[in-house]
Amino acid sequence: MSVQEVLPLDGLAAEQEGHYRSDHLLVAEMVRRGSKVLDVGCGDGDLLQLLENRGIDGRGIELSREGVNRCVAKGLAVVQGDADTDLINYPDDAFDYVILSQTLQATRQPKVVLENLLRIGHRAIVSFPNFGYWKMRLQLLIGGHMPRTENLPATWYDTANIHFCTIKDFVQLCDEIGVKMERAEALDLYGRPLRLRLPWWVWNLFGEQGVFLLSRGGGK
Amino acid sequence: MVGVTSVPSPAIAEERSHEADHPSSQVAYFGAEQPLSLDCGIDLSPFQIAYQTYGELNAERSNAVLICHALTGDQHVANVHPVTGKPGWWETLVGPGRPLDPSHYFIICANVIGGCMGSTGPASLNPATGKVWGLDFPIITIPDMVRAQAMLIDRLGIDTLFAVVGGSMGGMQVLQWTAAYPGRVFSALAIACSTRHSAQNIAFHELGRQAVMADPDWHNGRYTDHGIHPHRGLAVARMAAHITYLSDAALHRKFGRRMQDRELPTFSFDADFQVESYLRYQGSSFVERFDANSYLYLTRAMDYFDIAGDHGGVLAKAFAGVKTRFCVVSFTSDWLFPTSESRALVHALNASSARVSFAEIETDRGHDAFLLDVPEFFDISRAFLQSAGKARGLNGKGG
Repeated sequence: MSVQEVLPLDGLAAEQEGHYRSDHLLVAEMVRRGSKVLDVGCGDGDLLQLLENRGIDGRGIELSREGVNRCVAKGLAVVQGDADTDLINYPDDAFDYVILSQTLQATRQPKVVLENLLRIGHRAIVSFPNFGYWKMRLQLLIGGHMPRTENLPATWYDTANIHFCTIKDFVQLCDEIGVKMERAEALDLYGRPLRLRLPWWVWNLFGEQGVFLLSRGGGK
Repeated sequence: MVGVTSVPSPAIAEERSHEADHPSSQVAYFGAEQPLSLDCGIDLSPFQIAYQTYGELNAERSNAVLICHALTGDQHVANVHPVTGKPGWWETLVGPGRPLDPSHYFIICANVIGGCMGSTGPASLNPATGKVWGLDFPIITIPDMVRAQAMLIDRLGIDTLFAVVGGSMGGMQVLQWTAAYPGRVFSALAIACSTRHSAQNIAFHELGRQAVMADPDWHNGRYTDHGIHPHRGLAVARMAAHITYLSDAALHRKFGRRMQDRELPTFSFDADFQVESYLRYQGSSFVERFDANSYLYLTRAMDYFDIAGDHGGVLAKAFAGVKTRFCVVSFTSDWLFPTSESRALVHALNASSARVSFAEIETDRGHDAFLLDVPEFFDISRAFLQSAGKARGLNGKGG
């Protein structure tokens, strides 16, 4: 599933720093230089290219053949594969970071995928659209229909996003499977972090997407 | 027997047998002091490797690319073939402005050991008897081919190859190179291949070999002594194999049920259909340039190929710690080396933490797609080689 298919983020284009998306810059900022990274659902490879330019050894998995071929044509080490079925082929501790950017909501088994991310990588970076965002809530409350936004324009019947969650839901899942949250950021509609240290409920209401740096917790 | 194939012209047959011992390529000769240790336990000596080169080796000796040819290919990658007069078999990939541009790389392609275009094989003269080797030639394997290539690369004074590139049986050699000499291969482009030959593929090869051996002109492999060549059996083998290189869709698109130079069926076993005529042509043109015994040996080498089998059944072990940059390419309509085989390879490479790119290219042209003009394949090859070249510190942009 390419990012573009799941979640056209055209709304972010105006907020590019250089030619990179701001949420990608945030993710890249979380990754230590010289580390080894797997980007699951790497789309056209924009994030991977940003990471490689920063001296990071990046690999990618992408579901769509077109996405893979565009990545390989950029010289990136990307293989065709499915987050739901192919992560099991990677050994434990193979990467320093495994990134799941805007893809979690399109997986069939988000919990299993999340567990695999932290088995393969010492750390995971997960970003996803927040279904608790106030515009989403308003559409359901007032409009009475499934929410559609600039960044999630697909209708309920043709969306690839089958497992939407809110920031609150995600935090609960992390607690449940004993994942430690090292860093959490909520981004506004334009991909800018809500820099203020705000309570979760505020982030859950005003964050258009969440970005989490995770590591393995002590126990389940 | 209905005239399946035309008899090759004696002049071309003569040229073919001459090439087996006296190739128009460069030759590396390995004497008694440098035998080739074969997997079957025999030391082959003396032997020779015929090879072609394109471009210049740079001062750092870091721009050498080895191309490994497929079953019925040879070293004439990008020059006119000395027997058939046809263009090189991979001029789509190799040449000025192509992904493998001789102005950037020193490109080497050697005829495999067991072949019939100048490297020692069953069609060569056995120095012990003064006659053609025939079936006295020892059975060779893909690792044997690669071992001989490594000796050639040593002879050329090259330590590390910038890239090893090949499709089909050539791809098998690429993988064998990375497994056997991981430190000597900077990047590997393995196309339409597999880490082991499947049961179905062995079955097709057996069909081809039996067709050769069923030809009375084969004479237990001693046909040269009788001044003949089992061209009918070899042509049938080639016809059967050729079908496996294509696809149902490609055959249908190219020929459908169209008739050959006629409106109505002749109600005979003549080549009424265009596809029959095409296959007969493929068969007869092949026997002009290829030795029947060599076909037996090379198909056998592919059958024995199983990298995992050589590493305790665990494929990932074959690539443990390998630093080579891999690019694996498969084609959607290739049913001889289907994408699933490439995917198994990629999983093993992932498990070994190797740096690997894997692209499946959509085409209806079957296994042969790697030899044809498929722009997406060239884009990927070019980008892979360029990014590897950057990592290798090659100044040229590589086409």
